Amino acid sequence: MNEKFHDSLAGSSIGTPAYAPSATPTRLSQPSLNSYTPARVQLQRTGHSLTTSEILGLQLATAQARDAVHATLDVPALIRGLDQRKLANLILTSAAATRADYLRNPAFGRTLSGNSETALKNISAKDREPAGVYDLVFVIADGLSALAVDRHARQLLDAVLPLLDASWKIAPICVVEQARVAIADPIGEILAAKASVILIGERPGLSSPDSLGIYITWDPRAGRSDADRNCISNIRPEGLSYQEAAALLHFYLTESRRLQRSGTLLKPSSVAHHLPEKTI
Amino acid sequence: MILFRKARGWGYPHSLLKSPPPQPNRHLSPLPHLLNSNPKIEPPTMPFRHAIRGTTYHFNSLRELLARASPLRSGDQLAGIAAETQEERVAARFALADLPLTTFLSEAVVPYESDEVTRLIFDSHDRDAFAPIASFTVGQFRDWLLSTEATTDSLAALAPGVTPEMAAAVSKLMQAQDLISVAQKIRVVTRFRTTVGLPGRLSTRLQPNHPTDDPAGIAASIVDGLSLGSGDAVIGINPATDNPDIVTTLLRLIDFVREKFSIPTQSCVLAHLTTQMAAMKQGAPIDLVFQSIGGTEATNTSFGINLALIAEAHQAARELKRGTIGDNIMYFETGQGSSLSANAYHGCDQQTLEARAYAVARHFRPMLVNTVVGFIGPEYLYDGKQIIRAGLEDHFCGKLLGLPMGCDVCYTNHAAADQDDMDTLLTLLAVAGVNYIMGIPGGDDIMLNYQTSSFHDALYLRGVLNLRPAPEFEQWMQQSTHRQLTVQALLPNTNPREGNLS
Repeated sequence: MNEKFHDSLAGSSIGTPAYAPSATPTRLSQPSLNSYTPARVQLQRTGHSLTTSEILGLQLATAQARDAVHATLDVPALIRGLDQRKLANLILTSAAATRADYLRNPAFGRTLSGNSETALKNISAKDREPAGVYDLVFVIADGLSALAVDRHARQLLDAVLPLLDASWKIAPICVVEQARVAIADPIGEILAAKASVILIGERPGLSSPDSLGIYITWDPRAGRSDADRNCISNIRPEGLSYQEAAALLHFYLTESRRLQRSGTLLKPSSVAHHLPEKTI
Repeated sequence: MILFRKARGWGYPHSLLKSPPPQPNRHLSPLPHLLNSNPKIEPPTMPFRHAIRGTTYHFNSLRELLARASPLRSGDQLAGIAAETQEERVAARFALADLPLTTFLSEAVVPYESDEVTRLIFDSHDRDAFAPIASFTVGQFRDWLLSTEATTDSLAALAPGVTPEMAAAVSKLMQAQDLISVAQKIRVVTRFRTTVGLPGRLSTRLQPNHPTDDPAGIAASIVDGLSLGSGDAVIGINPATDNPDIVTTLLRLIDFVREKFSIPTQSCVLAHLTTQMAAMKQGAPIDLVFQSIGGTEATNTSFGINLALIAEAHQAARELKRGTIGDNIMYFETGQGSSLSANAYHGCDQQTLEARAYAVARHFRPMLVNTVVGFIGPEYLYDGKQIIRAGLEDHFCGKLLGLPMGCDVCYTNHAAADQDDMDTLLTLLAVAGVNYIMGIPGGDDIMLNYQTSSFHDALYLRGVLNLRPAPEFEQWMQQSTHRQLTVQALLPNTNPREGNLS
């Protein structure tokens, strides 16, 4: 590529507007801007546009994110992984029959399908011990990135289960397809679990198609809101590590049990691992 | 829930638009005395109907009529208020076209008694400004807006007489080129340290977000943006963590840069209003005060704010007197679907409620207002087509109501949209005269995980449409100061990697 073709708006066919920035000044003898941030700074340009390689790079990232949204959870592989770890498990589905249903109507993804609700109630009745209830139920759900679950859910369980001592009686792990965060509420309620922990694929960003999130809800039941939950976000190799996420999860569970609640009141101000809202 | 009722009757073929063309002296007609005599009392809802080839479509209330007339979008379908067929949608538009504008002064879509946004709309309505269009139907209003009678000056004078519901209603009768044609005639100019919204200008909000609010990482994006001519509307950071200390740290960072390099711009950290107020109390250098707002009181309650709280923050920031050439201080963001998302929509369509949010905004003479049009997700705006249409509607309605409208032209990866859709909307909005867009490295917000416009997108628009930045900023760009921008130079301490700001 012709270097002088790049980084100069003067090369643009529309002439040199008065505001046109000249050659990017920061390259010379300064550390690259890229060394300070994962943001897409210092992109190569031609005229006022991005170069071919930059455009294709952005298209690839977009394609991976879009593919992640529409990917199907590899349930057999997940179940195999749970079986190998001798973790009892169940396969459930939400009320969203298709991905299109799921995207158009969030309520479907928060509700169990009729069959799954019946199955869960039966198992719940059969397995429940006279002494009482489960302390904790893990839910694994595709959310908006099945890729995140395929890549990180089992590894995360490996990191967190050793931190939970025998005082935590754990329910069968529920794997749910086409599910949103609040699917953990009816599941926790039917199983009469004291707490629910859902591992779920987060909405893919352009630089993060496989980011896993965790939501913790004390006393899960229908009608819980996001304010009642604690969240650990951005779990992936380039973000929060499995060990860090597991330690945070253990902290939240311990605190939830001690205070008998979860949500905003529980959040330590020093912990910033939550999903920030843009503005609306 | 309002139920749709469709009845077969002795319908007759509809004769095409009955509205006469606007007459030259219509705007001089006196305001009927009885109009809007007591908006506090809602009259019994009047029936609206229209017949097409033997089928009569009934609409039971103003809000139902507006919802049925609204262009297709997933949020209204989710709420169960969208037209069931395309024909019903057009029937609603015929009925809406024949509706006198004065109807909006006697029937509220959200009850006056229980909603402070409705009270604001009715109580602040300027009858004198409304006088020129007082005798119009919605259809006639559209025709007038597109006529040569509607000029930059007459539209500016009209703004206080237009209610959000009127703006929303007329937009539903408009196609894309109408929304652009009319908006392009309207100029809303605001000032703080730069002048935003002048003809022939396009400004940008430099949005240097970082997933952990790291000052050096933020500084890198600021350097990149400033060197590409971005940041004349505001340098505005969405903090990853909402607390006063972070807000203060980030504001001091921008303030340091702005002072050191004599950059004519303003700063903002888009934390919650109460967090910014707390930061202000501890001495943070706050230029613009930000808040997300919605079109119903209940939506704003879900955001943790109300009109009194905004007024308090506005007053506190005014007293800092930090603006050098103007005192437009507030920065508001909005977006269709927020009320439904908060279950605070009162059976109204999302576009009408979006326009109502602009009534909240204009009460505070803001510096910047932008819709975050594609951020909310596909359950509200399903695809590129819906996002593009919504962006044009929001810009039009905001401008018609007298707001300095910008737009966050954006999408999330679970919506059926792509970069071509964003380029299309960007170009359309720039032709329509949008005040500002966002500037993000590569359009990829690594903190909020969505795609918006890039520094290069602004360069593209300025290039193809011969648009320039705000004059004060443009002058600064012509100096060589910006060539000295480096991350080290931007950070007050000597070790930028530590990110400690004194």
